[in-house]
Amino acid sequence: MKNKKDNTTLLQIKDLKIEGFSDERWHKIIKGVNLELKRGEVLGLIGESGAGKSTLGLAAMGYTQPGCRITGGQINFDGVDLTKRTDSEKRKYWGNRMTYVAQSAAASFNPAHRLINQTTESTIRAGLKKQNEAFDEARALYDALNLPNPETIGERYPHQVSGGQLQRIMTAMAMSPNPDLIVFDEPTTALDVTTQVEVLAAMRDIVKTYGTAAIYITHDLSVVAQMADRIKVLRYGEEVEEAMTRKMLKSPKEDYTKSLWSVRSIQKPEKKSKDIILEVKNVDAFYGSFHVLKNINIKLPLGRTVALVGESGSGKSTVARVITGLLEPKIGSVKFKNRELPPSLKGRTKDQLQKIQMIYQMADVAMNPKQTVYDIISRPASFFAGLTGANLRKRVIELLEQIDLDESFIDRYPSELSGGQKQRICIARALAANPEVVICDEVTSALDQIVQEGILKLLGRLQKDLNLSYIFITHDIATVKAISDEVVVMNEGEVVEQGLKSEIFSPPHPEYTELLLSSVPEMDPDWLTDLLKARNY
Amino acid sequence: MNKDTNTYSAAGEVGSVLESRSTFTRLKIELNKAPLTAKFGIFIIIVFVGLAIFAPLIAPYGEAEVFPEPYAPWSANHIFGTDQIGRDIFSRLIFGARNTVGVAFATTILAFLIGGALGLAAAINRSYLDLFLSRTVDVLMAIPQLIFALVLLSIFGSTIINLIIIIAVLDSTRVFRLTRAVSLNVVVMDYVEVAKLRGENISWVMRKEILPNILPPLIAEFGLRFCFVFLSIAALSFLGVGIQPPTADWGSMVRENASLIQFAQYDLKAAMTPLLPAAAIALLTVAVNFVVDWFLHKTSGIKDEK
Repeated sequence: MKNKKDNTTLLQIKDLKIEGFSDERWHKIIKGVNLELKRGEVLGLIGESGAGKSTLGLAAMGYTQPGCRITGGQINFDGVDLTKRTDSEKRKYWGNRMTYVAQSAAASFNPAHRLINQTTESTIRAGLKKQNEAFDEARALYDALNLPNPETIGERYPHQVSGGQLQRIMTAMAMSPNPDLIVFDEPTTALDVTTQVEVLAAMRDIVKTYGTAAIYITHDLSVVAQMADRIKVLRYGEEVEEAMTRKMLKSPKEDYTKSLWSVRSIQKPEKKSKDIILEVKNVDAFYGSFHVLKNINIKLPLGRTVALVGESGSGKSTVARVITGLLEPKIGSVKFKNRELPPSLKGRTKDQLQKIQMIYQMADVAMNPKQTVYDIISRPASFFAGLTGANLRKRVIELLEQIDLDESFIDRYPSELSGGQKQRICIARALAANPEVVICDEVTSALDQIVQEGILKLLGRLQKDLNLSYIFITHDIATVKAISDEVVVMNEGEVVEQGLKSEIFSPPHPEYTELLLSSVPEMDPDWLTDLLKARNY
Repeated sequence: MNKDTNTYSAAGEVGSVLESRSTFTRLKIELNKAPLTAKFGIFIIIVFVGLAIFAPLIAPYGEAEVFPEPYAPWSANHIFGTDQIGRDIFSRLIFGARNTVGVAFATTILAFLIGGALGLAAAINRSYLDLFLSRTVDVLMAIPQLIFALVLLSIFGSTIINLIIIIAVLDSTRVFRLTRAVSLNVVVMDYVEVAKLRGENISWVMRKEILPNILPPLIAEFGLRFCFVFLSIAALSFLGVGIQPPTADWGSMVRENASLIQFAQYDLKAAMTPLLPAAAIALLTVAVNFVVDWFLHKTSGIKDEK
């Protein structure tokens, strides 16, 4: 494949308008956006959820999701206006001259076919290459993407490779027909930081090598800083600003962009505390015969926050399950205020259940979609405190005010709330029980940066007001810095390191902590290059 | 965040706030958008339910009122003629709606109560209870339903109560399987875990957390199950062990007048008499299926490509 980079314009979107149909009306999703992409250029699209990034990314390929329509503007791809073409004409471009890399690779592969067949499917079907040739090139791509055993990995099925590998294979699939344009839609959002680094490096290299133009959609600024030549910021379906990456990072013009930039800067001074409210002692736990937790010791000081950090599969959430009693430890115990808690949920008294509450990562599935906000918040209040009638309603309103919402939300269903509001309702539900310990399991990782900041500030304020103690499970180092007093680093079911925040974040680090900390993307466009150099890739 | 941009407030955050509408207006919008088949189905069901409720007012004669002339031809007095002992067919068709549909409805409800409750319990338990119930259901389902019902009815006698209980129990196996399967997807949700962590008892978790979320497929299944139950009862009545005379019932009406069909070459109208109750059965089944199809399409979340 030859490098396609030159300075001609590949894609030009003019004054594009897209509407979506919901609740019996057409709503404007994209309100007149212009976009220009040269051959071999990478454009980063960033914005909060609902900003229209994905819609715009798909529209660049002339595609709209079911229930959406293009109401105005032009999409000129290599001189052809895609808005005026029928689907069957556009199909000649799709999977051939323009390809797409989706967010969840695991959900996008067909589990019944071998990876190499899926990688080369569209190439062969379009008649671009013979099967042998396409397979050889796919193997070359696997090699270029740093996949292990590039000669044979294509013979495997999707479930036989890891998430990070699958995402790289999807990139290979997108590269296989040697397209002019690839649209990456949040390709690393579902990956761990340490995996993300490898995937980002592989994707960047391959796009540069072949000179493919790309649109990279993400909500993570530090990721887009590594990938894109230019960045376009979107909000509410409109462009906020656009500039070259370095210029944008150094001196953003618009206030909204500045606010996105500054989110990662909240820091909390750590405080020590002598009183221990909750203690996990020598806990070993199993899922069947799988040893998930190995001799875990964690102490939670009263009124403080302990952050549990680690990749997925490190056992962070399992610790929460042991503390709440959902999983009985094989050895060891959990002590609350120096008294041992019964190991299983069934053995615990109402009082013990009340004192430890949990907030979940996905607020969507943590709330019953058929219950109103009032039902959701009032139940713990009536269940534990026995409130009824007007007192109960008063308490619910009080709780809503504590989380910066008001009475007008009381009759809404979860589907009528935004992501941040949903998480706030979940916090209110936890508070309604009058807890002393709150376990927060990745509570901000599904949220946009600005909303994250709001939630973190709220949690900080509630801690001060109600003297709550938090166990904060996260994989995001910026969040740890923003909220924790102490940090526990976990890897493969073991505690790697434990101590005050300042101690953990200052060198020397154990090997794993070093890897974890260095993998967190920074807002510096040279970060990835420097890191790879340091790691000798 | 500097001062100018600090306009963020949690309450002002844009959510997908739906216009608040009453259940009635929502229903009206949905009905207007419903396809013609669904509207037709709803219309037929309403007519049948109306017939069933107001049968004594609508029917020209009594359910078991015997007239001197058996096998009377279609006339102004007896719109569809009379049967083998001289009862008015039209009146019996109307009363039949009440009996057949009423019994089928009661049976389906009972089947759903049994199957639904056990299915939910099995899904929450996921242990010995689940194993025991699921294997029992497998055993019951391994025996052909109609034959099993025939055997049980001849053992316990064919009273209406027995009929309802036996068919409900046999049909509840299907409901159990469906309820258990759809509940399993809901049981793993975090909000169910939240309820368990709060120490809620199993009945609360079943009723408040799971049931509302599995209702759409259950309602659709209710429609289909109703058809099957309805057909089973008609079949059993046709075989003579279902609803017993003199109670009017579509299934036994087909059987009682079946021989008339041989006279098609002499008197077309008379030959159609046994087909009338059969047509009533078919019409109601088709109508219910139309409505269920529409409902399933709505709840499956498939968006029509425009």
